Parts: sequence; structure tokens; C-alpha cells
Amino acid sequence: MIPNGLFGMAIFVIAELMLFAGLISAFFIVKAGAPSWPPMGQPRLPIEATALNSLVLLASGFFLFRAHRAFHRGDRDGMRRPMWLALALGSFFVIFQGSEWVALLGQGLTLTSSSLGSFFYLVVGIHGIHAAAALVLLAIATARLRRGFLSPSFFGAAEALWFFVVAVWPVLYVVVYL
Amino acid sequence: MAESIPSDAPAVADDHHGHEEPSFWSKYVFSTDHKMIAMQYMFTGMAMAVIGGFMAYAFRLQLAFPGIEVPGFGIVTPANYNALVTNHGAIMIFWVAMPVLIAAFGNYLIPLMCGCDDMVFPKLNRLSYQIFLLSALVLLSSFFVEGGGFGGGWTAYPPLSAKAEYSLTPLGSSIWLGAVALEFVAFLIGGINFITTAMNSRAPGMKLYDIPIVIWMIVIASILFLVSVGPLIAGAIMLIFDQQLGTAFFDPARGGDPVLWQHLFWFFGHPEVYVVLLPALGITAEIITVFARKKLFGYKTVLHTTIATGVLSFTVWAHHQFISGVDPRMAHVFTLTTLLISVPIAEMMFVYIATLYGGSIRLTTPMLWGLSFIAEFLIGGVTGIFLGASGSDIYFHDTYFVLAHFHYTFFPIAIIGTFAGLTFWFPKMFGRMMNDRLGKIHFWGTIIPFNFIFIPLFVLGMGGQHRRIFDYSNFPELSQPWMQDIRILATSALLIMLGFQIVFFYNFIVSLRRGEKASKNPWKSNTLEWTTDSPPPHGNWKELPTVYRGPYEYSVPGRDEDYWPQDQPN
Repeated sequence: MIPNGLFGMAIFVIAELMLFAGLISAFFIVKAGAPSWPPMGQPRLPIEATALNSLVLLASGFFLFRAHRAFHRGDRDGMRRPMWLALALGSFFVIFQGSEWVALLGQGLTLTSSSLGSFFYLVVGIHGIHAAAALVLLAIATARLRRGFLSPSFFGAAEALWFFVVAVWPVLYVVVYL
Repeated sequence: MAESIPSDAPAVADDHHGHEEPSFWSKYVFSTDHKMIAMQYMFTGMAMAVIGGFMAYAFRLQLAFPGIEVPGFGIVTPANYNALVTNHGAIMIFWVAMPVLIAAFGNYLIPLMCGCDDMVFPKLNRLSYQIFLLSALVLLSSFFVEGGGFGGGWTAYPPLSAKAEYSLTPLGSSIWLGAVALEFVAFLIGGINFITTAMNSRAPGMKLYDIPIVIWMIVIASILFLVSVGPLIAGAIMLIFDQQLGTAFFDPARGGDPVLWQHLFWFFGHPEVYVVLLPALGITAEIITVFARKKLFGYKTVLHTTIATGVLSFTVWAHHQFISGVDPRMAHVFTLTTLLISVPIAEMMFVYIATLYGGSIRLTTPMLWGLSFIAEFLIGGVTGIFLGASGSDIYFHDTYFVLAHFHYTFFPIAIIGTFAGLTFWFPKMFGRMMNDRLGKIHFWGTIIPFNFIFIPLFVLGMGGQHRRIFDYSNFPELSQPWMQDIRILATSALLIMLGFQIVFFYNFIVSLRRGEKASKNPWKSNTLEWTTDSPPPHGNWKELPTVYRGPYEYSVPGRDEDYWPQDQPN
């Protein structure tokens, strides 16, 4: 039987997947109706830097997968390092995204400057909120691991949300940045 | 905090077999017991139904007697009128049909019918209700801010809803959207709980095909809600940004697309019809089998049909937009899918009629509600075909024909379905029987006026009367004497129907206090909730039941009794 926490989170992830599906289709519809894309006079999105940052996020997902394998082997000690790495790389991703926002705002891309700006901050922002929430869950899971009472239900829920955040990002990157 | 009397034992809320008497607050307000949360949803929904009904009363009087000072409300101004119709729709769907049919019955029935002691996430369950209550209060507060309540229709189409200079409700429209979004969060949490509980926490021996149909329907409705709500939440965020932050997602002058909102809204909005329909259908299925003393005709057929309906319901949304400038070729596709979805629903109606066929029917109050659900919903379904076909919809769009059609679907769902379920499970919920004679008076006093409200509105709609018009006297072709007479007829029927609800509330309160004590199983039903005390204790059973068979073994040949409860070994 699937643990309750994982089951509940899986349902939540499906709902969130549809949220992003709605955002992406809205983005495509507006993009298709625009006379030129990207809109004139808007700064270029940092494609290369974000590509590297995306690799950081994927690496974080990889280490969480290592932690997952260790957890299901019952190797709680071997799980600590990959958990910390996943958490650290994930936090780096969110902080780097934030610094990117500050730079873009300085270059004149704002929420109201164009439909590109509106969608950029909306889609990336909603992803960022999910990433932050998932990191909080991962941090709680890491703390519980240290104190020795991490349950399969809670770990399943936390990792499901983080895997979702990691897996949906490349799609958003391709849609929004490229 | 320290003054209250709670026991010091940790996690007392989870200790279902504890014998300590919980304090008032932890028993009635901050309870994590699914039955208490169900009652909270039920009574909040009822209170909102009274408010939504009062709104209908005010704007129907304005339509019948334009300019009249409505007793208890006053003069209905055009802004009032718009806010009243908008919030009547939103309240009846989001704050009455959903909390009562899904949340109240779902919370009450899923653990009891699946044979477990509570939901798998009791604290999330409590949080769900608290967010829901907050959303209701936020919605009601929108009437008291500057500019008044939102008046852009419950579908909130931009650009009318996106800009304060069009809607004239700078705050009301955002508060309204915020309330809707909060309500969705509440049901998201609730839905996760329902699905997980029904799948993970059933009594030993209860296989998937032994789950009562009403539980399946609530689970499938929850899945439909969870899958469809995401795009609307995306749209709601975008619309609030448009209203408050100056973005232009839906503003065509600045690169946005107003029809985009309609897609996001109806992608949710159409499955939402099935989200509230399915629990009502499920309640009807339980009642019909019990009072026809017959096995449900084609259990697996019903289940698979429900799943088919759910899948199809995601492919029909643009039939709401035939005159919004969608491509006619696309309109053909959506006409086809819309006509297709009437097939499984029609099949469901036939299955119910086949269940009744040859049964020994007992016309108790819940059975009357169940039968009237089939009859009245059928009218709603048949009139829907005219609207699903893009050719006829171009004429009917936005007329009272549409309005009468969806009231013939939503009224059976939200009102008939609720009364059916409430009168059926009342003995279990409160441990006393409801007065059957008063129940029948209330039934006929509701059903007959209901038809006198909405059949005339079909006629007005075919005569070309448009919706959302405050006063028809400015339209000579719509203010002919016969049309005004029909409006007065519909309004009078509404007043009679609302008057008969007093009978219900009287019956409810008196039965609650002085009704005949209910036994464990007053209707001689098979499902598990009838095997425990009425009302069930905290934790539901002293010893959790084991299941040996499906839920609909009525009138099995060779048995002394005409029912065979699921928990009896033989």
C-alpha cells in the first residue's frame, strides 16, 4: 500500500501539474496572438546562466534520488549526505533565481512592462513559491532524519513535491526562456 | 488557553477510545472528528443557502415588480441587482452545493461507509473547514466595502471584471476572487483527504467493487475537481494581477486575450457541474436501492459510466463559448463531445429506472426526493441538448432558456440531492427520526413551486428574454404584458417555495429535540454506517467492522430478511 503522505502529495502534485498546464497554455495563447515575440524593447532573458542554474536543480533532484535509495535500503546514515546536498543545491537554485530577478528588474523587465514580463514573473514566481515550500518540507525531513523519526509517509510527501519542482522546471525553462 | 479544561494527555484528539469528555471548544469548534467537521460544513452551507435564497428573493421581486421596495431589503439599484445575481450564483455553487454535497456528505459518509474511525488526515480536514469558513466570511465582507459586492456575473468575464472603471467595484471584485480562491484551497485539501481515505483506509474485506456507489461518486468528483481547478487558479491569479497590479493578461489593448479567461474558467467550470452532480447521483443511488429493496442495477456499469463521464467532462468546456468568437470548426468538435456526454448520463438515468423496476417501492420522504431528482434532472439534461448544439445555442445563448436549463440541473443537485441525503441520513446523524408527514409537506411544497418558477422561464427564454437585465421596461419587445405576467408567476412561485422551507426548518429543529429515537438501522440498509450506533460515537465503532460482500444485496432469494448487511458473515 502507498503510504498516506505520499498518496496525498501525489494527488496534490497532479493538481499542481494542472496549474502549470493552465499557465503554460495561457502563455502560448498570448504568445501566439502577439505581433512579435519577444516584445520590442525588452531585455533578453539570461538563457545561459539559467541553463547552468537548471543543472544545479537537476543535480539536487539526483541527490534526493540517492537519498531515496538509501532510505529504502534502511541506510539512514548514508542518507544524510545526499539529503544535505539536495537541500543545499535546491536553496542555491532559488537564491540564484532571486538574484536574476533583481538584475532583470534593473534592466526594465517588470510585471507590467510587457506580456513577456507579466508571464515571466508569474510562471517563474509560482514555480519559485513551490520550490521554497518543497525546500521547507525537505528541511523538516532532514531535521527529522537527524533526530531519528523520519517516517516513510512524511519523506514520501516531501520528496514527491521536490521531484515535481525539479521535473517541471526544464519544461518551464524551454517554454518561458527559449 | 490555560484556563480551559483540556486534559493534559497528549494527542487526545487522536485517541478515539478515550473516555474523557472534551471541552465545548475542542468538541464543536476545533474538532478533528470527521462527523463534527461534516456538521460544520453542513450548517455553514445551510446558512449560506439562506443568504443565497434571500438574494434570489430580492432580485426576483425586482424583476416582477420593477422599482418595488423589497421588504427586508429596500430598493434594488442596478448595482445591487448585479451584485445579487453574481453572488447568488457563486454562493449557491461554491458555498452551498460544494460544501454540503461533497464536503459534508463526503466527510460524514466516507469513514462510516468504508468502515474506518476517521479521515487519514484529520488535522488537514479541520484546516480545510477553517479555510472554507474564512472564505465564506471574506465573500460576505465584499458587500460592505466601498463600491459594494462584485457584479460581473459568477463567470467573471474580463474585461468587465478586470478593470474597476468597468465593474465599478474596485475592491469587491478582488475580494470576491480571493474568496473563491480560498474556497478552492479548502476543497483541494478536502479532496486529497477524501481520495486517500477511500483508497487507503477501508475496512478489511472491502474490495474496490464493494465500495458503495456514493463513495465512488464523491471520490471521482474530488478527482475531477482536483484535476480541473489548477487552470482556474492560474486564471484567478492572473485576473487579480490585472485588477490590482496593472498587468494585462486579459486586456486586448495591451496584448492580452479576454477569451483566454473563458477557456481557463470553463475548463474548470464545466467539470465543476459534474463535481456537484456526482455526489447527488450517488446519494440518489443509495436511497433508491434501499427503498426499492433491490440490488442496484449494474453496479460496475454505473461505476464505469461515472468514470467515462468524468473523462468526457474535460472535453466539452467550449460549448459555453459558441458566440465568443471561437472558430466554428472548433464549435463543431465541442458540439459533438457535448452531445456525447449526454449518453453516459442518460445511461445512468436508465440504470436508476431499471433499479426501480419490479422493486417493492416505499415512498418515504427521502425516496420522494430521490425519485424527484431523477425526474427533474432529466428535464435539465434534455434541455441541455439544445444548448450543446452550436446551431440552436446561437439563438438561446444568454437567454432565460439557459438560466432555466441550469437551474433544472443545479436545483436537483444542490437542493433535491441535499434534502434527499439529509432526510435519509438524519437518523444516523442525530439519532432521531424526522417527521415523515412534515417532510412530505415540505417536499411537495418545494417541488411544485420549483417547476412553476422555471418552466415559465423556459418560455421567456424562447421569447428572447436576455439574462442579467435589471429592468425590462426599457425593452419594448421584452416588456409585453404576457411576459410581465410570466415574471410575476415565477416570482410568486419562488415566494411560495421559500415559504415552505420554514416547514423544513421547523421539522428539522423539532425532530432534533423531540423526534422518535432512531434505532441503529431504521431503513434496513446494508451499508456499514448503519451497523454502528445512531449517532455514531467518537471513533465510529467499538470494534471496526469486517466486510463480506457488496453493498446492494437486497431481497436475496432464500434469505429470511430482504437485506444482507455488508458486515454479516452469513
